[in-house]
Amino acid sequence: MAPPSAQISGSNKKAQLGRFAGYVFATAGAVIGALLLIISLWRPDAFYGLRSMATDAASPVGEAGAATRTGSRSFFEAIAGYYDAGNKNAELERENEIARVRLAEMRALEQENARLKAVLDLREGDVEPVATGRLIGSSSASTRRFGYLSSGRDDGIEVGMPVTSPMGLVGRILEAGGSTSRVLLLTDPESIVPVRRAIDDVVAFAEGRADGSLRIRLINLGINPLEEGDIFVTSGTGGLFRPGVAVAMVTEITNDGAIGRLLSNPAATDFVVIEPAFVPEAIEAADAPLQTEQPAGEDAPAEGAAAD
Amino acid sequence: MEQLNPSARRDQFGSKINRDFSPVLAYGIPWLMILLASLSPLLPIIAPLPILPPLGFLCLLAWRVLRPGLLPMWAGLPLGFFDDLFSGQPLGSGILLFSLTMIALDLIELRFPWRGFWQDWGIAAVFVSLYLILAALFSGSGLPLVQYPLILPQLALAILLFPVVAQLVSLLDRVRLTRVRKIG
Repeated sequence: MAPPSAQISGSNKKAQLGRFAGYVFATAGAVIGALLLIISLWRPDAFYGLRSMATDAASPVGEAGAATRTGSRSFFEAIAGYYDAGNKNAELERENEIARVRLAEMRALEQENARLKAVLDLREGDVEPVATGRLIGSSSASTRRFGYLSSGRDDGIEVGMPVTSPMGLVGRILEAGGSTSRVLLLTDPESIVPVRRAIDDVVAFAEGRADGSLRIRLINLGINPLEEGDIFVTSGTGGLFRPGVAVAMVTEITNDGAIGRLLSNPAATDFVVIEPAFVPEAIEAADAPLQTEQPAGEDAPAEGAAAD
Repeated sequence: MEQLNPSARRDQFGSKINRDFSPVLAYGIPWLMILLASLSPLLPIIAPLPILPPLGFLCLLAWRVLRPGLLPMWAGLPLGFFDDLFSGQPLGSGILLFSLTMIALDLIELRFPWRGFWQDWGIAAVFVSLYLILAALFSGSGLPLVQYPLILPQLALAILLFPVVAQLVSLLDRVRLTRVRKIG
């Protein structure tokens, strides 16, 4: 079928002008888009406020969806429970998995304690969480890996706070709106977390790869001591994440480290816990590996310090 | 007096007498559908890798391809802006790509005025591929080139989903012109 004749303006002056104006406006739109894109690539924090406001306004949609997700899953689980014991099996398996991660974390903590005995001033205790929330969505169509969290500044959340689940680290707060906030998930290509092997002191960086896995890069190059199944926990370096939180398990050895599977898959979490930054000064010092993504506001003068 | 055929006063859009379509519905439905589709990142899907097709863009494509002239040329600016607010892309990426799509589709239509299902699908496939590659390029994530194949599953899903979206668009297109406004 041929399109309607709106395309053909013929000798109609008005139609010709209309078409011309259409092109002008569309080109103007493209130019505005290009300019905004350059600005937001240059200063990624330039439009955080705008996006937070939009997410705040639309969050009821996400909240309802997240509630439905939890509700419908338990509904189907209930039905499945009548038919087979596979459901229970899955649950036990999950518990087992948590226990295994916990065990690794405990070992890490033990080792941490032994190390900290030397440093008398540093006290290690339970961290009081700032808030709990639901992940209500994620940037599932973009190569960036952001999550949307159902709590924000009103719950005491600030930029830079780590987000954890019972299984381990999920990410950190990138921007905080009133009632929602945006989480930089660990698998985002911009996310870098200092980690160490749970059983000893092999230190590395865990970088996101955007495909659900992490790239573990050893800091000390040489003979690669990693083996499949090694668990990596946060090392506490940099001060954002407290030490000893599980991050990844090695699945594949590479030349300069390994590819790791994320232990705390954000898709499998119902609720996440937002913890205060390990060393709050770290945020002000902008010592985070990800300084390009930090809002410039209060830490702008410190950026120079972090660069050297 | 001769009895009129009862079906002469009605068609698929409702009664022809005393009723007219509502401009709000007729022009609002495409916009509303695209805006709602742009909200898809708030769906409770926490994806470990980009897997969901860019629904907002697919809807824009489908409306533009199936009903040319309904969306004005400048529609890429507001729709892209809204998409950017939620998609996780840096602001401006959607505006630029949506606007360029509107211009390019107009030029293609000028060149190939005759269309059909396969041609529409082909055009959509080309545009979605370009969109996803450019969006990954503009995302600011510094993704290395070797990692670009990770958008392939998403691309396949998006291309396969286009006929479904087009079907939905043609369904809504019929709703769009229902005569709901009462005259007089």
